[in-house]
Amino acid sequence: MSTPLEAPKKKDPQKRSTVPTLPPLGRSRAALGLTVAAAEGRFALQHCAECGTVQYPPRDACGHCLSCDLVWRDTETGGVVIAETRIHASPDPYFRERLPWRMGTVKLDAGPIALAHLHGDVARGDRVRLALHLDKAAQGVIVALPVERTDAMEDDPLMRSLTAHPRHRRVLITDARAPVTLPLIQALQKAGAAHVFVGEAESWRRWPGRDAIAALENVSIMPLDVTDADSLQSLAGEIGGKTDILVNTARFVRPGGVLGSDTVFARDEMEVNVLGLMRLAQAFGPSMAARTADGANSAAAFVNILSAHALSPDPAFGAFAASQAAARSLSQTLRAEFHQSGLRMMNVYVGPIDDEWHQPLPPPKVAPQALARSIVEGLVEGREEVFCGDVARDLAERWRHDPGILERELTGGGA
Amino acid sequence: MSVLTDMATALASGAVRVVDLTHRLDPDFPVIVLPPEFGQCARFRMEEVSAYDHRGPAWKWHNLTLNEHTGTHFDAPVHWISGRDVPNGAVDEIAPENFIGPVVVIDCSQGAAENEDFELTPAVIEAWEAEHGTIPEGAWVLMRTDWSKREPIDYLNMREDGPHSPGPTPEAIQALLARGIRGFGTETVGTDAGQGAHYTPPYPAHYFLHGAGRFGLQCLANLDQLPPTGALLIAAPLKIKGGTGSPLRVLALVPGDRS
Repeated sequence: MSTPLEAPKKKDPQKRSTVPTLPPLGRSRAALGLTVAAAEGRFALQHCAECGTVQYPPRDACGHCLSCDLVWRDTETGGVVIAETRIHASPDPYFRERLPWRMGTVKLDAGPIALAHLHGDVARGDRVRLALHLDKAAQGVIVALPVERTDAMEDDPLMRSLTAHPRHRRVLITDARAPVTLPLIQALQKAGAAHVFVGEAESWRRWPGRDAIAALENVSIMPLDVTDADSLQSLAGEIGGKTDILVNTARFVRPGGVLGSDTVFARDEMEVNVLGLMRLAQAFGPSMAARTADGANSAAAFVNILSAHALSPDPAFGAFAASQAAARSLSQTLRAEFHQSGLRMMNVYVGPIDDEWHQPLPPPKVAPQALARSIVEGLVEGREEVFCGDVARDLAERWRHDPGILERELTGGGA
Repeated sequence: MSVLTDMATALASGAVRVVDLTHRLDPDFPVIVLPPEFGQCARFRMEEVSAYDHRGPAWKWHNLTLNEHTGTHFDAPVHWISGRDVPNGAVDEIAPENFIGPVVVIDCSQGAAENEDFELTPAVIEAWEAEHGTIPEGAWVLMRTDWSKREPIDYLNMREDGPHSPGPTPEAIQALLARGIRGFGTETVGTDAGQGAHYTPPYPAHYFLHGAGRFGLQCLANLDQLPPTGALLIAAPLKIKGGTGSPLRVLALVPGDRS
């Protein structure tokens, strides 16, 4: 079993906070397939379309038949550790801070032999479950995990560096009124979050559900309005240095296409969903990015919730979908900007939520509880791209396959 | 023009005092909230364009976002459907002499303290007139409720059955119009009561005032510093093309301590 992580002590104010370092960044273009799969929590390797060989490491051509027709495909996760190396010295600043470092050579059931980071509960000769994770440099790496769950396995230092697990962390949820907020607080607390800050816009407006949130222990309601840079600056001044995970639940949505709709609502959609994200990132991003190596409650993830129609619009929500596409684009730039710090930018794509703005839509719709579960699962697993619910998963799958066909299907071109 | 010279002297000496009846434009100041499927009143927002920095080295300025009806504001006749055909009913068309005039204040603060749905009725108006004389033609009539002193959450006072705040009955507004008033002003977020949607017609102050080409003022403050009669109100909206209203600085000239 892993040693359970203890709650962090108060920091020594005379010590400089640990500066984040990153593991090596350089990867070939071919190897980025590992990163894409790791971001989504899939274990995918290159499969040769001609001879069927599964190969690792990724290359531009099949090592067996030289075919260039290589497809990234989800792969069997079983394997056996055939050798273990314990590294005691390294010139690399990231690894020097974490020595000794354990690596293993793993024979995959799918064929190839791969070099993997070893979980603390895994040793030479063990059957293991392989997973792709994003390391601090947001590159996909293979990790060998115990086949069966072991006690406190997520507290292993390796896993802590590969995930954004809420345990002992302090979380800011930006919109108290969002239907997902209460179940999200509960899910985060169940996962061990130390404290949850919840943003409330327009405290001059009474709203049902406030008392239920205010009554929770280790939860503070704070003034926050993503449309007001001043309120964000004030709050970041107060809690920016103890926000380890930020979950942006602020969202403005109104139904309607483009021709018959209203630019006033569209402007609100842009203000909240796009510029709100930008303001939040400007207010909280720098202090979070500076604290990604700050002990057990280091800053770990900036989470944004997007409609799956960010990928391809639903014409019944035209302006809203445009705001989601814009927000997705911003999040990708933010991901690039957070890259040097190791702060994770996690996008959670979701289909229609079972809320007041999707009343006439038939099921399936995503329950707020299910969205909350997906968010926490994504943090626990350390993902950057999470698809919540069947609609989002299906849309993403069709989009990956052929964005053009998906567009025509969604806009009524398909039968 | 000795009147104006005298006025300047009185202002300088403190014989006439200026009272600011305006709330600060602040992102946190409540605005009217409608059912969410309707369009909403924009909140006041300030966005820094530069602050003596690389975006403009020697100057600081902001872009503003707001509705015509955000903060302390003026309602023009074209604001309401009943006033849509009133000639010169938009803020840029109203003759400027309308913006300065006498003002009377009906003190409803005690009633509003006891009943958040307090109604200004013809009986209240008649009782006021019995004490202070008939409301003069062309006067602004302000309803003092001390609502401006409330905590923000008790200002709209929103509940599951809608907002609760004092305001005039349809009969009261008609009684004021019969006296030829210039307009009607309140300390609350609108000229109508919080529950004004349930009168016939709904929102009677808006409906009757603007239908008659009269004006509204709302979100006023400091009405407790005004005498019941004898003050002068200055309320000049911005000259917005086709504007249905405007945020503005509302000033009152009142007799000073040295008068």
